[in-house]
Amino acid sequence: MAEAIIVDSVTKSFTLANHKTMKKFVVNAAKRRPLSRTFTALDDISFKLEQGDSIGVMGLNGSGKSTLLKLISGVMSPDEGQVLTRGRIAGLIEVGAGFHPELSGRENIYLNGAILGMSEREIDAKFDAIVEFAEMRRFLNSEVRHYSSGMFMRLAFSVAVHTECEIFLIDEVLAVGDQPFKRKCMKRIMELKDEGRTMVFVSHSPKQVMRVCNRGLVLEQGRMTFEGTAEDAVRKLGYELADEDDDES
Amino acid sequence: MSLDVRDDSAAPLEPMVNPGRVGGLLDVFRRRYLLKLLVRKELRVRYQGSLVGLAWSYVKPAVRFLMYYYIIGLILTKALENRALHIFSGMIMVAFFTNALSAGTKSVVKNKSLVRKINLPREMFPVASIMVSAYHMVPMYVIMLIGCLLTGWRPDLGALLAGGMALAIILTWGLGIALLLSALNVFFRDMQNIIDVIQTVITWTVPMIYPFVIIADKFRDTHQWVYELYLSSPLCIAVLLNNRAFWIPSLEHPRQALPEQLPAHLFTRGLAMIVLGLAFVWVSQRVFTRLEGRFAEKL
Repeated sequence: MAEAIIVDSVTKSFTLANHKTMKKFVVNAAKRRPLSRTFTALDDISFKLEQGDSIGVMGLNGSGKSTLLKLISGVMSPDEGQVLTRGRIAGLIEVGAGFHPELSGRENIYLNGAILGMSEREIDAKFDAIVEFAEMRRFLNSEVRHYSSGMFMRLAFSVAVHTECEIFLIDEVLAVGDQPFKRKCMKRIMELKDEGRTMVFVSHSPKQVMRVCNRGLVLEQGRMTFEGTAEDAVRKLGYELADEDDDES
Repeated sequence: MSLDVRDDSAAPLEPMVNPGRVGGLLDVFRRRYLLKLLVRKELRVRYQGSLVGLAWSYVKPAVRFLMYYYIIGLILTKALENRALHIFSGMIMVAFFTNALSAGTKSVVKNKSLVRKINLPREMFPVASIMVSAYHMVPMYVIMLIGCLLTGWRPDLGALLAGGMALAIILTWGLGIALLLSALNVFFRDMQNIIDVIQTVITWTVPMIYPFVIIADKFRDTHQWVYELYLSSPLCIAVLLNNRAFWIPSLEHPRQALPEQLPAHLFTRGLAMIVLGLAFVWVSQRVFTRLEGRFAEKL
């Protein structure tokens, strides 16, 4: 097996500008006020994933998990170090971002599929499976703004999990939807994993991580404090497995 | 980083790449199916929910046209032959350009939910907005051609060439401006005000409402720098070329009108504007790529 993802000494900091308009910019510059503040979201992170590996990324809110995912998906670029990936990337990150409320469900499937990188032929081929998974054939031709939030999420999810890819990223998304649908998603994620996709799974749920991932990584305030097996990562985090309500499986 | 290439599957391994790499306008072309859907979405959505829908994008220019037509008719003492075509051939250019300017500038910020979350070529948005603006020109061309036929338009080879060059100029400059301003707009939200100023200026600095001959008479021999400054605007050259294409061939004596109503070396100037426009697109693309890396965190 070869590497699928290499994260090599990656650092990412954010600059918060103190100006939104040119006027403020000029005023701040003239008064020699600092033009911006920076904070480090990720500090010198390195790890490698082999093809077929799945890694659980854990940590408190604000520890840099989502930033790490954005660097792997290529939405952001690191300030230092580099990220390398092999093959197409897809994922459950902010599903529904490309949906437009004024378009019908059918049009949104095509638009969102194309946004996620599918070709027309690919969407044609997957169309029935997507509709089937979302359980909403009846509403395909009505505008998405008439959908309930649950229906919306199901459709968005369904398009995302049907994208052809080698690397699949998941960002804390299983918190939404009703029980049967969550179960279905989890099942689909296990399928994708069993088909040999490399996965990066951001989650607060130790249980899900243990179930899906063979490896684990813990972030604390932008630093990687642990990287090893999923079990050890959960142990390191000190989460109580028993406390969690049983919302999947 | 050494790569492990021992792999027992038959398919050759894809190379490892930086997922955040940018391919610029070429990537937009590679994903033209997405571009097509984005353009279609924009066309569907822009006027949805309004009473007369898409008609709004023609009501506004129609009102503007009538204002120009009647007020200029009052002001200009020497009646301008076929002034409807004169105004309209210029208005098509100006309408596209102002449309491209405002829609293009907003294009990236408007799609921030996508820009922040999904990795796709961001040039997609300014390019799609330019295509939507270009699409809105089609019915205007149809109206103009009807007007041309009614007034005895006899196009020569020069007219066709001029019409094509006018289009090439506004498309390249429009794309360049949309790329540049859409990227700058992410960092400075003042852009909206800047383009309002530009819009006011361009309405009056092209020979659309008034004929070019007024500028030529006033400045060509006395204040040559003003004259050349006037002709240094790509939009002005595009309007003049469009006048050459649609208005001049509809006149009673086009041959006599040519040297009087148009500047010398119009085609050379047009060609120069196309070349400069392409260079401008290249520069804008470079700036866009430089700034693009920070779009996701700025929005």
